[in-house]
Amino acid sequence: MNFDFSDDQRLLQAEVGKMLAETSTSAAVRQVLGGQAAYSESVWRNLIDMGAAAAAIPEAYGGAGLGYLELCLVAEEAGCHLAAVPLSSSFYLAAEAILHGGSEAQKQHWLPRIAAGEVIATAALGGHETYLATPALSFDGKSVSGKVSAVPDGLVAGMAVLKAGDDLLLVDLAAPSVSRKALSSLDPTRPYAELSFANTPAEKLTGGKSGAAVAARVLNGAAVLLAFEQVGGAARILEISRDYALERKAFGRQIGSFQALKHKMAEIYTANELARVHAYYGAWALSSDAPELALAAGAARVAATTAFNRAAEEGIEIHGGIGFTWEMDCHLYYRRARYLAQLIGSEHAWRAQLADELVREAA
Amino acid sequence: MDFRDTPEEAAFRAQVRAWLEANAQPKKSDEDRFDKGMNDAERIVAARAWQKKKAAAGYAAITWPKEAGGMGGTPMQQVIYGQEEARFLVPRMIFENSLGQCLPTVATWAIPELKARHVPRGLSGDEIWCQLFSEPAAGSDTGGIRTRAEKQGDAWVINGQKVWTSGAQFCDYGILLARSDWDKPKQDGLTMFILDMKAPGVEVRPIHQISDEYEFNEVFLTDVRIPDSHRLGPECGGWKVMLSTLMHERLSVGGSLPTHLHRSLIDLAQKAHWNGRPAIEDSRVKARIADAYLSQKGVELTISRGITALSKGREPGPEMSILKLVAGKGIQDITSFALEMAGAEGTLGHRDLGGEWEFIQRLWLSAPGIRLAGGSDEIMKNIIAERVLGLPGEIRTDRKVPFRDLER
Repeated sequence: MNFDFSDDQRLLQAEVGKMLAETSTSAAVRQVLGGQAAYSESVWRNLIDMGAAAAAIPEAYGGAGLGYLELCLVAEEAGCHLAAVPLSSSFYLAAEAILHGGSEAQKQHWLPRIAAGEVIATAALGGHETYLATPALSFDGKSVSGKVSAVPDGLVAGMAVLKAGDDLLLVDLAAPSVSRKALSSLDPTRPYAELSFANTPAEKLTGGKSGAAVAARVLNGAAVLLAFEQVGGAARILEISRDYALERKAFGRQIGSFQALKHKMAEIYTANELARVHAYYGAWALSSDAPELALAAGAARVAATTAFNRAAEEGIEIHGGIGFTWEMDCHLYYRRARYLAQLIGSEHAWRAQLADELVREAA
Repeated sequence: MDFRDTPEEAAFRAQVRAWLEANAQPKKSDEDRFDKGMNDAERIVAARAWQKKKAAAGYAAITWPKEAGGMGGTPMQQVIYGQEEARFLVPRMIFENSLGQCLPTVATWAIPELKARHVPRGLSGDEIWCQLFSEPAAGSDTGGIRTRAEKQGDAWVINGQKVWTSGAQFCDYGILLARSDWDKPKQDGLTMFILDMKAPGVEVRPIHQISDEYEFNEVFLTDVRIPDSHRLGPECGGWKVMLSTLMHERLSVGGSLPTHLHRSLIDLAQKAHWNGRPAIEDSRVKARIADAYLSQKGVELTISRGITALSKGREPGPEMSILKLVAGKGIQDITSFALEMAGAEGTLGHRDLGGEWEFIQRLWLSAPGIRLAGGSDEIMKNIIAERVLGLPGEIRTDRKVPFRDLER
């Protein structure tokens, strides 16, 4: 039995954490929040240069050739420090789709560029939940037409993996027939765009697996990686709130001495730790390609989503009125928690997946 | 990260499994219990016999040093033994307090003659021990106990009442915390003793619980004489002795959320009907099954983290303190939802509803006790807030006041 990360993996995590503490500061995140940048370029460059972002991409494709366990810990630090970078778009989604669904030539063409940060990649793999009635993309075997809404990092991405019918397509977004429109986001540190295509050259992922199978595998992996971002964010906002509760006095006492707040924080801690063990289990399933991946990913996704949302909501409550102001960082966690909660489908959809897996397993 | 055994762990597991297969019956299902249909006397006889067998094979006290009668094994080996034993129909729990708390305390604090007498007899099942700390007015606040110990020559005279004493009706001895000095602040005036449960003046009254079981007892002590040689630790040093006792309890409490509860829920949801359709087809039912899994598997995985720390020679970290909170409330939520699924019929007793409900109903009735035993949910939250998160302690007005002067 060894349900923990290795010392080497923890060392990498510590290095990434140190770098992010220095560069992904509140001021750097607010540059993106305020629209002065599309993402934190220096943070992104550091993550690329350290090989941290490309931890799970094999060396043969220009990656660091470490593994998913390493990438999970990188994700935890990114979540903790609210890194405003296209990590999930490029590495949890697009690179993974190419790695699992692409032909050798497609992998050779795109993965080294993504790993080196030459190209920011993104993906729109489709989901069950929609509101804006965007017509489906049409693909004629050579080119794609139509619109996709709410593409994460869509304004800065150089390539995209798109779902069109049952196919997953690779599209070079440098093509002149691609047009982009910036969309607003409840978390402006993670911007969206609408992408429109008019007979834009596109090719299918031709690694041999069906588009649905590749998408399912990629989304399960992303659920685990995002759970680590959520666990990192939830732990950090609890820490910030705890520190504030020790500092702030009311009725002649530190507010952190009131049992109502102590118990609230104990409950947040408990939910966070439950999310953490489910995320760890998901990391194990992802890194060992276990048949339990769909189950473990569902559990990690639900536990981490509820934990981060709760920690972010209650973090503002613990701060009182000051927590509701623009100048405090509380709202950055509140926004990020909501963004991560819905990026790859809602908590409810994932809870349904988890239940279906449990019923299947019990049969 | 790897859930498989190391080669050494696998070898120990194989050895344990072979011994269990030769000495016990495997369970037919997760819910199978060894003592179905037995009365108390039969259960105790069977438990003593099983303990004697385990002791002879070296499995009674795996982590104890060899010179104390143990196996000199690792905490990981203890965990592996527990995992394997759980798959067999054997008596459980009856020796938990003896081995987990009482005998380690006796081994640490008793005079040599008493150690030599009691520790081997306790290990081999000849003596069963209980722990007498709680009182009617001192539950979570153990420092508030009022059972009186007065020194008369070479003996102490004990008067008072204990409560919530697990298994006292079957016990031969107990470790007893009593107040020997009323002029000291509450925690400074306590002394720990070995109590002979058959001594004159000891009266045990089993408590009828909401689960229809009699696991706990009241123990009335009237002019009970204890020789001074049966004192554990210094006079008025009882608080420190008690803390050392509770230290031994750390890994044994809390991890009591059965690992198959979500499967019982699925099974019941396939049989229960909502508006003519199996309840399992309702998305709200599925969501509750998912949530049941999250707490149950979460407890299991948290224990795996603790075991990993142990196997690397480290103390399990603060993550373990969430276990009892999640397990207790988890059992209550899951079992009450199971009952809900069958509507009015769900509140029929299992004799009329069906044997598959027995386990769920028994757990539902014991859930309130699980949330209280070994520290209530509220105490656990204080512990997490103070020791894990570093928040200030509760305001105390009783710290330096002589116990005699405290408001009661």
